[in-house]
Amino acid sequence: MTKKTPLFDQHVAAGARIVDFGGWDMPLHYGSQKEEHHAVRQHAGVFDVSHMTIVDLSGEKVRDFLRYLLANDVAKLTVGGKALYTCMLNEQGGVIDDLIVYYISDSHYRLVVNAATREKDLAWLREQAEPFEVRVSERAELAMLAVQGPKARELAAPCIDAGSRDAALELKPFHGMDAGDWFVARTGYTGEDGWEIVVPAAEAPKLWDRLLAAGVRPCGLGARDTLRLEAAMNLYGNDMDENESPLESGLGWTVAWDPADRDFIGRAALEKQREEGGLRRFVGLLLEDKGVLRDHQRVVAEGIGEGEITSGGFSPTIGRSIALARLPAGDYERAQVDIRGKMLNVRIVKTPFVRNGEVRIDV
Amino acid sequence: MSELPGDLQYTTDHEWLRREDDGNVTVGITDHAQSALGDLVYVELPEVNQEVESGGDMAVVESVKAASDVYAPIGGTVVAVNEALTDDPEAINNDPYGEGWIVKLEPSGDEGELLTPDAYQALLDELES
Repeated sequence: MTKKTPLFDQHVAAGARIVDFGGWDMPLHYGSQKEEHHAVRQHAGVFDVSHMTIVDLSGEKVRDFLRYLLANDVAKLTVGGKALYTCMLNEQGGVIDDLIVYYISDSHYRLVVNAATREKDLAWLREQAEPFEVRVSERAELAMLAVQGPKARELAAPCIDAGSRDAALELKPFHGMDAGDWFVARTGYTGEDGWEIVVPAAEAPKLWDRLLAAGVRPCGLGARDTLRLEAAMNLYGNDMDENESPLESGLGWTVAWDPADRDFIGRAALEKQREEGGLRRFVGLLLEDKGVLRDHQRVVAEGIGEGEITSGGFSPTIGRSIALARLPAGDYERAQVDIRGKMLNVRIVKTPFVRNGEVRIDV
Repeated sequence: MSELPGDLQYTTDHEWLRREDDGNVTVGITDHAQSALGDLVYVELPEVNQEVESGGDMAVVESVKAASDVYAPIGGTVVAVNEALTDDPEAINNDPYGEGWIVKLEPSGDEGELLTPDAYQALLDELES
C-alpha cells in the first residue's frame, strides 16, 4: 500500500502520471517533463515534496548532539532560521543520508531528510539522540511545497501571511523563518531561486491551487531530477550511499574539519582516507557524441582505470547529455563511456552545468 | 486517447507495422508507447542492410527519463532508417504513425505474433483498467 501526500487529488486533477517513489504515490510529470524543466529555469514551477521527512529535534543538548551527529558543523548557524546542508555519516565514513538542518533556537533544530531513507534515519537519530536526551519528533502532519524559478518568490509572495510577507521576501539564500504557522525558507533543489514552504497538511491544497492560479506550473519528479542534475546537486542512493565517502562524492565541501577537536561520527574514517590519499574523483561529464549518459554506465579513462556514472541524463537546458561520475584518481580531462558496447567520448567539466538559468560550461 | 489507425498491425511491445505497396514494411512505436516514454531526446537507429529477427532488438529510443529497446515486429533486412529522427527525435512524440516512423524492413518471412487494431486496443484497455 503506497502513501499519498495531501496533494494527491491536486496531482490527479492536473493530469499527473503517478509513480511509486520510495513507497509514495508521486507525480512523475503532468504531460511534458521537458516543459516543466524549462518553466523552472525561465519562470516558476511548484513541486510537491511532502514525501520528504521533517524531523524536529529539541532538548538542552541538541546543539552538542548535532555537532556529534553531522559532518558539517551546526556551530556555523548563529542566526535563527539559518540552514546548513550536511551529510550524516556512519562510523566507516559512509553516508547514511544527506539533509538540511535549520537552526530554530538553541533548544530546537529542524531536519529535512530523504523520503526513501526515512525509517533508517529515524532509527539512527533516536539511537544517537538518547545519551543527549534529545527528543526526536517526526512532523508527518506537515506538507512541503517547493516553488522554484526566477519568478517563484514574486508569484508565491501573495500566498504568504501579510504580516510575514515582506520579511519572507527579504530572506537571504539558505535562510528560513516562521510565517504564521507556516515555515518559509529560501532553499531548493533546482539551481534556481525560490522557496520551500512547510504548511499544515490541511492547508496544502489551497496553497497549491493558488500557486497554479498565479501561473506557477506544476512540476513532477522527472523535472526535479533533470534540474538537480544540471545544478550538480547530489541524489542520495545514486551519487552516494552508506558505502561511499563524502570525500569521493563531491561533498568534501560539506565536511567541517575545523575545529579539529570536534568529534563527529565518521571523522576518524574520513581523516584516514584524507591521509592515505588517492581518492577517486567525483566529476561532471559532458557527452561530446550523440546519445544519452545513464546511471551505472562504465567510464574508461585510458591508461588510468575505470569508473562509473552515478547520475546521467539529458540536459534540457544544454540540449546535450550530462552526468555525474566517480572516476579513478588522476589528472585527465577526457574519458570514454560504454553505451551499449559503443565507446563514446566525454569531457570532464567543472560543475554546476547550469545555474540561475544560465549554462555554466563550455559546450 | 485517439483512435488507432486501422491499416496497421501492432505488437504487445507497442510497435506498429505498415505493409507498403512495394512489399516492404514500415515500423514505428505506438502513440501509447511515446506517451509512456515522454519527451524523446535521442534515437539509436540500426544500419541499413542490417538483418533483424522477429522480436529482436532493432533500435533504442531514449526519453529524458530512460532508454527503451524497440523490437522488430517481424524479421527482415533494414532497407531504410528515418535519419530525420537524429536531429528531431520528438517527431515520434508529435506524429508516431507518420513522420515518427523508425525503419523500413524487407520481410524475410520470419513473422512474429501481430495484433489487429481491435486486439491491440483490447490490450491497451486492459493496461488502463
